Amino acid sequence: MSGTTVPADEEASRGPAVGRVALRRPRLPGWSLAALALGSVAVGTGVGLVARLDSRGQWGLIAALVFVGATFALSASVEGRRHAVDRLAAVLVWACFIVAMVPLASLVWETVARGIPGVSWYFLTHSMNGVLSWQEGGGIYHAILGTVEQVLLASVIAIPLGLLTAVYLVEYGRGRLARAITFFVDVMTGIPSIVAGLFVLSLWIMMLDFGYSGFAGAMALAILMVPIVVRSTEEMLKLVPNELREASLAMGVPKWRTILKVVLPTAIGGITTGVMLALARIAGETAPIILLVFGNNMINGNPFEGAQSSLPLYVYEQWGFGTEQAFDRAWAAAAVLIAFVMILNLVARGIARWKAPSGGR
Amino acid sequence: MAKRIDVSALTAYYGAHKAIDGITLHVEPASVTAFIGPSGCGKSTFLRTLNRMHEVTPGGRVEGKVLLDNEDLYGQGVDPVSVRRTVGMVFQRPNPFPTMSIYDNVAAGLKLNGIKYRRSELDDIVEKNLRGANLWNEVKDRLGRPGSGLSGGQQQRLCIARATAVEPDVLLMDEPCSALDPISTLAIEDLIDKLKTEYTIVIVTHNMQQAARVSDRTAFFNLAAIGEPGRLIEVDATEKIFSNPSVQATEDYISGRFG
Ligand SMILES: Nc1ncnc2c1ncn2[C@@H]1O[C@H](COP(=O)(O)OP(=O)(O)O)[C@@H](O)[C@H]1O
Ligand SMILES: [Mg+2]
Repeated sequence: MSGTTVPADEEASRGPAVGRVALRRPRLPGWSLAALALGSVAVGTGVGLVARLDSRGQWGLIAALVFVGATFALSASVEGRRHAVDRLAAVLVWACFIVAMVPLASLVWETVARGIPGVSWYFLTHSMNGVLSWQEGGGIYHAILGTVEQVLLASVIAIPLGLLTAVYLVEYGRGRLARAITFFVDVMTGIPSIVAGLFVLSLWIMMLDFGYSGFAGAMALAILMVPIVVRSTEEMLKLVPNELREASLAMGVPKWRTILKVVLPTAIGGITTGVMLALARIAGETAPIILLVFGNNMINGNPFEGAQSSLPLYVYEQWGFGTEQAFDRAWAAAAVLIAFVMILNLVARGIARWKAPSGGR
Repeated sequence: MAKRIDVSALTAYYGAHKAIDGITLHVEPASVTAFIGPSGCGKSTFLRTLNRMHEVTPGGRVEGKVLLDNEDLYGQGVDPVSVRRTVGMVFQRPNPFPTMSIYDNVAAGLKLNGIKYRRSELDDIVEKNLRGANLWNEVKDRLGRPGSGLSGGQQQRLCIARATAVEPDVLLMDEPCSALDPISTLAIEDLIDKLKTEYTIVIVTHNMQQAARVSDRTAFFNLAAIGEPGRLIEVDATEKIFSNPSVQATEDYISGRFG
């Protein structure tokens, strides 16, 4: 395609004067792409109308294909092959980005649009005690309390465990034991949350005969959280230049103090981000909570005794009731859960930026 | 106080690979000794055996003796951490701690060791060592700023201040100027000249003029072939090495006929 439409100066450069390369080449002006886009939409609409295609998606697809083809052809003929391929790659990257963003954006939009009307001060500060599924009112205070307590307990277990494991693997681990631990962390990463829940159920509730509690759920959440913390912390510790460790050791600082005072502070921003993302991930877990925390309509502030609720479990329960009022409550709770996770993410980013080593070489 | 170093029959390995073989030499107290030789002949490895940093490398292993004023660094019950407090080190690339301010970088050796100092004491130590490193005037107004914001030459002087702040007896420098411009290099050379009254200094350098300018004694290392361990060829007064070396290989190397 491009071979037949080589611009004049390119032909000249291939002429007898070998090695003469044109530094300037014609480029497509910005408006030409806009014009192409408009034209493609027109073609898509036209074809759709003529062929009586029902789906607007098909129209869009046709328009997109026409746009890609036309851009490539035009660019190849004016700018040369390399620029044409460049434009093609750019269009593909953008297309993938949009395809990836559409479900995400529509999910957030849908949840917020349906959920926000149901969120009120009353909703956030009351439980479901005595509220029947078809009644208005009720709230998620007990579920928020449960989620916060369970996530906190899970972090208290998982963060020290995960951090210490990662420090061992990066700073001390050599040979068999380290390889075995890495292997088990990898396996743990793949454990489905329901399996973690069943494990705690059979050990804690069925064998040791403890009752349902937030703590039982927190243990299952901790199992899910540990490998994420280990992995992200490991990556961050590996990024700390070896020279810094050596500089500290060479001043006669013991290794454990070097790790505590030089290595960890240097990596703390990234480690915090990883931990927060792990928190966000387990805050939305439902399966182990159903098995181990059981669910409760009343406020139970004690995570070590008796059934609790949690936000994802609440959404699941309300959805199951199938009434108009319960649907509204489910959407509102889902919006609150998304907000909770978003806040965790923002906090993580804030800390990462605040703690990032400043200056540079 | 500056100490004397006596090395005898020192061999160092990386795993199965023998990097240096049978090195015997002594370093005079309160003087500057330069190590020269082609890349890969084991100068850095040898330097790092002098403060037991070699064993920090996975697989690093040492045979032989290093006496520091008659005490064997590799003797029974010697704590490598104490050795490193006595024998300080400055690295090839300046490596200030990125999370710390200029002030904290200088105080790092003291603070990281968990010793509690009064603020005024620490202030004095920081000022003294920054003055000692000829850096005080350039940074006195921004001690709270990150150390990594300084220029390369300033960072290297900061690292020297950091190394001297823990008051070692010996200062090892591994090509401290190879990443620096000529002006910063001169600043560091002046500094070495000043420090040698208080410290025993060993410096690795690829720059012959530098070795000739700053050192009292020079040791030439070489290796027979790639993959062979590095050996000490000769060590002598610097004027002798640069004017009339005893070994032909030394003369060839110094005059640029190889390496
Ligand atoms: N970390 C290491 N692991 C394995 N071999 C190493 C390591 N560092 C250096 N060596 C080897 O040891 C020999 C000496 O290296 P080095 O002491 O760095 O030489 P120089 O500083 O004189 O250039 C070289 O053969 C090098 O390949
Ligand atoms: Mg070297």
